[in-house]
Amino acid sequence: MTQNLTDLELAAPRRRRRPRVTSLAIGGTLVAILLLAALFAPLLAPFDPNAQIISARLLPPSSAHWLGTDGFGRDLLSRVIYGSRPTLLLVSLILLLTIPVGMLVGICAGYLGGWTERVLMRITDIFLSLPNLVIALALVAMLGPGLLNGALALALTSWPPFARQARAETLALRRSDYLAAARMQGINGLRLMFGHILPLCLPSAVVRAALSLGGIILSAAGLGFLGMGVQPPTAEWGSMVAEGSKVIFDQWWVAAAPGGAILFASLAFNLTGDGLRDRLDTRNAN
Amino acid sequence: MARFTAEAGSARLFWLRGGRLATGLVSLAVTLLGLLAFTFTLSHLSPVDPVLQIAGDHASESTYAQVRSELGLDQPLLMQFWHYLTHLAHGDLGISRLTNSPVASDLLRTFPATIELATCSMIFGAFFGIVLALVAAWKPGSLVDNLARLVSLLGYSVPVFWLGLLGLLLFYAVLHWSAGPGRLDDIWIYTLEPKTGLVLIDSWLSGDPEMFRNAVAHLWLPVVVLGLLAMAGITRLLRAALLEESSKEYVTLARAKGASRGRILLLHVFPNVRGTLITVLALSYATLLEGSVLTETVFAWPGVGRYMTTALFASDTPAILGSTLLIGGCFILLNALADALTYLTDPRTR
Repeated sequence: MTQNLTDLELAAPRRRRRPRVTSLAIGGTLVAILLLAALFAPLLAPFDPNAQIISARLLPPSSAHWLGTDGFGRDLLSRVIYGSRPTLLLVSLILLLTIPVGMLVGICAGYLGGWTERVLMRITDIFLSLPNLVIALALVAMLGPGLLNGALALALTSWPPFARQARAETLALRRSDYLAAARMQGINGLRLMFGHILPLCLPSAVVRAALSLGGIILSAAGLGFLGMGVQPPTAEWGSMVAEGSKVIFDQWWVAAAPGGAILFASLAFNLTGDGLRDRLDTRNAN
Repeated sequence: MARFTAEAGSARLFWLRGGRLATGLVSLAVTLLGLLAFTFTLSHLSPVDPVLQIAGDHASESTYAQVRSELGLDQPLLMQFWHYLTHLAHGDLGISRLTNSPVASDLLRTFPATIELATCSMIFGAFFGIVLALVAAWKPGSLVDNLARLVSLLGYSVPVFWLGLLGLLLFYAVLHWSAGPGRLDDIWIYTLEPKTGLVLIDSWLSGDPEMFRNAVAHLWLPVVVLGLLAMAGITRLLRAALLEESSKEYVTLARAKGASRGRILLLHVFPNVRGTLITVLALSYATLLEGSVLTETVFAWPGVGRYMTTALFASDTPAILGSTLLIGGCFILLNALADALTYLTDPRTR
């Protein structure tokens, strides 16, 4: 896939390159906004996200409440801003779990070869062909809902792409001159794998991470929507949409606002991933 | 001599193919076994103690031990896994606590609804996805191409349950174009004879055109919402494949000989990406089966996805694991089918 897109980029007319670069710029800006919102949520949010004012229930968007209020009279804008926190926390947890595992499996498989490689890649393929959301739902149903369990459940099916990519890169690197040079200096085994191969595989792992983050955010929101993610009253976008779905026909903004935030976050990472991939590939092609 | 080598060659090819088939089947079996091991492990992770469920909270120690051994829980894990497999082979998935009927029959009852929704969405998504990708690849960089990329990017990033809710709001509550959640209006839901389990066919067979029209009015919105999801993926991957194929030399040659861009795209390039197309379609179908979990919840569509989510709220372990097995199994089979079809249609992979 990566290779195909390299060819594609080379063959495409020059004027097509322009919007590609801006997709990274737009995506990066959106991700930055998201990170800043999560970081400075207490400063940005006009109200306490959990303060319930029963007299101000289900108010439409107005100058006081820009996105309106929900069924408990909580300010939706504040909740949407605070909702970026569990989402980003979940995403970082998943990355912390999947990248090391995936790269470990991939580099071991690519470097050691033989039976180790066959067994490891078979395991990877098994996990790759499991449905992400359904497996996560089943796991969370057994372990109990929550941020950590949600991250574990989604990580279980999210690491195989990292392993596959790391293996492919390791295979390509195995015959390179500088690894031969390193070997001649007596660097071997673990030190070669993690001191010399790992750093060279990292950039593509970062791109892969950015590409898969959009999907992970959607799955995480789906978990929240089905009540299997972060538990209320914590503001979480998926569960906020679920709350809003009860009043969708009369007070549409309660579901519309957090859903828009999910779209925003997913779009931000998808754009960044696309842009990063093109950047990295062009550099490799040159 | 030459004939002899040719024969030997074809014999070798036969064995190669047979070997390839065997490898494929073995890896499919191993993957399915992996899924089974997963659900088996999950059933042991469940916080609900199956012994207490039967013996009650105040059972004496000896009763507890007896029930435990009757359930086979005192045996080694590997034996328990074997029992689990033999039960499954007999179609025994346990009894749902929610519906009080065997999970297997519940799944058989709900699966047609999911298949109907996913298949209709697939037809919608495949048709518009292929058309959009062709139009985009016809003039890369044009307005249409950029529009196609934007649509597929949005379709890729939008949470499907939210899109469904907004669709209901607009087309059901405001415009009244859709008949809303469920498969049929209440007046028909009890008179419908479930022959195939597919509401379109059943209502057609009933001979009541009003009922069929009502079924279509219920079906089209979830189909479009789920179909947009498929369309986004198909457009994205097919467009990339078409553009890559268009950069090859034979396309330049055909252009130099005076063939039009549209002719080359349709008659030369498109047939050559069929391997990618088949893989993409099979994988989209698998994604749709999974996506139906969320869509069915929003549209109160009585399929496996909704069955699973209702079971989730009731922590009905057998039902959750049964639906996981069914959806996971379909997912794995479709993945394997994609591999096999790619192998059969693309000689380069042989």
